[in-house]
Amino acid sequence: MAGDVTSILNWSAFLMALVTSVILILHRNWRWAIGLLALQYLAVFLLIQTHFPISMSTAKLVSGWMACVVLGIAQLTTISKEDIVDSWPQGWIFRIFTAGIIIAATFALALRTSAWLGISMSTSWGSLLLIGMGLLHLGISSQPFRVILGLLTILAGFEILYAAVESSTLVAALLSAVNLGLALTGAYFVVLPREERQ
Amino acid sequence: MSAPLLWIFLPIILAGILLLVRNQKVIALIASIFTFLLTLAGWLLPIDTAIKIGTLTFNIASSVDILGRHLILNSTDSSLLILIFGSATIWFAVTPTLITARRMVSLGLAIIALLVAALAVEPFLYAALLIEMSVLISMPLLEVPSRRPSNGLLRFLIFQTLAMPFILFSGWLLAGIEANPGEIGLVQQAAILIGFGFSFLLAIFPFHSWIPLLAEESPPYTVGFILWMFPTVTIFFGLGFLDHYAWLRDAPALGIILKTAGLIMVISGGLLAAFQNHLSRVMGYAVIMETGASILSLSLGGNAGMNIFLMLLIPRFLSLVLWTMSLAILREHSSTLLLNDVRGLGRLYPYATSAVVLASLALAGLPLFAGFPPHLALWDRLASTSLPVVFWALIGNLGLIFSSIRILIAFSSAPDETRWESRESPAQRIVLAIGFLALFLLGLFPQWAQSLWTRLPGIFTHLGN
Repeated sequence: MAGDVTSILNWSAFLMALVTSVILILHRNWRWAIGLLALQYLAVFLLIQTHFPISMSTAKLVSGWMACVVLGIAQLTTISKEDIVDSWPQGWIFRIFTAGIIIAATFALALRTSAWLGISMSTSWGSLLLIGMGLLHLGISSQPFRVILGLLTILAGFEILYAAVESSTLVAALLSAVNLGLALTGAYFVVLPREERQ
Repeated sequence: MSAPLLWIFLPIILAGILLLVRNQKVIALIASIFTFLLTLAGWLLPIDTAIKIGTLTFNIASSVDILGRHLILNSTDSSLLILIFGSATIWFAVTPTLITARRMVSLGLAIIALLVAALAVEPFLYAALLIEMSVLISMPLLEVPSRRPSNGLLRFLIFQTLAMPFILFSGWLLAGIEANPGEIGLVQQAAILIGFGFSFLLAIFPFHSWIPLLAEESPPYTVGFILWMFPTVTIFFGLGFLDHYAWLRDAPALGIILKTAGLIMVISGGLLAAFQNHLSRVMGYAVIMETGASILSLSLGGNAGMNIFLMLLIPRFLSLVLWTMSLAILREHSSTLLLNDVRGLGRLYPYATSAVVLASLALAGLPLFAGFPPHLALWDRLASTSLPVVFWALIGNLGLIFSSIRILIAFSSAPDETRWESRESPAQRIVLAIGFLALFLLGLFPQWAQSLWTRLPGIFTHLGN
């Protein structure tokens, strides 16, 4: 019974990761992006908590949300009218198509990974999906904010997979520090050019 | 007192304090004296041995424990500490003669401390996280104010960040191999992950594109510092892997993989340098070529390969300092560093322009310069195993020499009526002149740096011994 609940929870988390990462690729509005990233961290929390103690999983969730807050505040303090991009941008067919390819490719990879690492399919697919979507982000965008989103997504995916094999508290703490460092770097990239102009 | 406190935590604390100081000359002076003292300490102070001064006796412990993990700096690491902090002393001491970012010295000190921590940490997989943190700290250094982050900077961040998961995961696999040494599948998987991790970290082809981009877009002197510190520490980190794992060290394919990767970098770096029209991009490709030469030397294996690798370090360091300092001087007075924009500057900046040409020729391994003895030794050793490899390596070096000649022609094509003068400051002239002298003297007397590269293999248990 407990196994069924965990399985349902994991698949729900996987679905959440799938939906948020795909919309993150499609949607260009920064407010949506931050919100979707925060939801993505919730999915990561749900997938990680099967391997980590709840306290450590919560720490991951909190550090992820802190990264979202840092990026959000940076955008909020610097946003100008020209930065508000249409929410349904050009090239969306291409984005949906490539996202579809990544979903299919990561499914094939996840079958082998789950057998290799002895983890559930939902966990391995969720992890590889986020890594793939993060790489797609890096491939199609050169905007600093988008690059940071891509890197954070890749790290989120990696952390799910890594939590299954390594449960060290110090590694988890340092990975959280790296996440926050990336968010601060992203905030710096967003804020500095405008500060200098002013 | 412990060695990690002295060489890791104190520099981090000082870096934090220096961020609060506004006067750049004071910052550079304090940091230079501090790093020089740490270099001297590495040379003179024995670790884990009682030291008696008068009635006072004290001991520098080699290890510090943090949350069950260890930072360990043994007495065998002292030569590496001398190399890192000695080179940092020179990088920082030169900054008052240039217009550089105020935070270069303070953040540079923090980067060095984190990189030393990466080499000292046990288990070693934590090193990937520490290297990533130092990459993140370097971002404000490399960004050009009032501009959006450059493509080179973003690629640097992306590639270094992508390296971290590969190294972390390979660390987990390596622990599995230690438990089951016969698992061929695990060995192959670990080797592939390590290969990808170090390809990203060392900018091995095809992950090298960020170096020329970063060199072109970011402040030259800061880029030089980053391109010296990161590849040097990363190679030592990689050598630590080889030293630790016999199956990796003794793998028959290792030599071939290293040779192929090194050769591709030497050829691509040299040939692409030949066709660049931007002085900083030439420097970037020269760095790729030099990293390739280091990997090529390590492919030789044994003592010979290790010695050549270590011999390459000092000439590379000197050339990079001289080259990037000169580029920084020229950048202060020229709108860009495109060959068309620096035409004829040889008559206005004779020291800086000569330094650019001499440093590039030294890196290319031209006779009489510091780079020649190690390159000659490398070519000689490679020739004993494969002549085509030497031929292609020489093609790469010729590419850089060709590029140096193009630069020389651009610098010297001034109108006849242009008068000879020197617009460099007296301090810049003195530093550049000392650099020329060092490049020549180490070319004529390479044994002067011998004491360093004969002690360095001591940091490894198996390699080079």
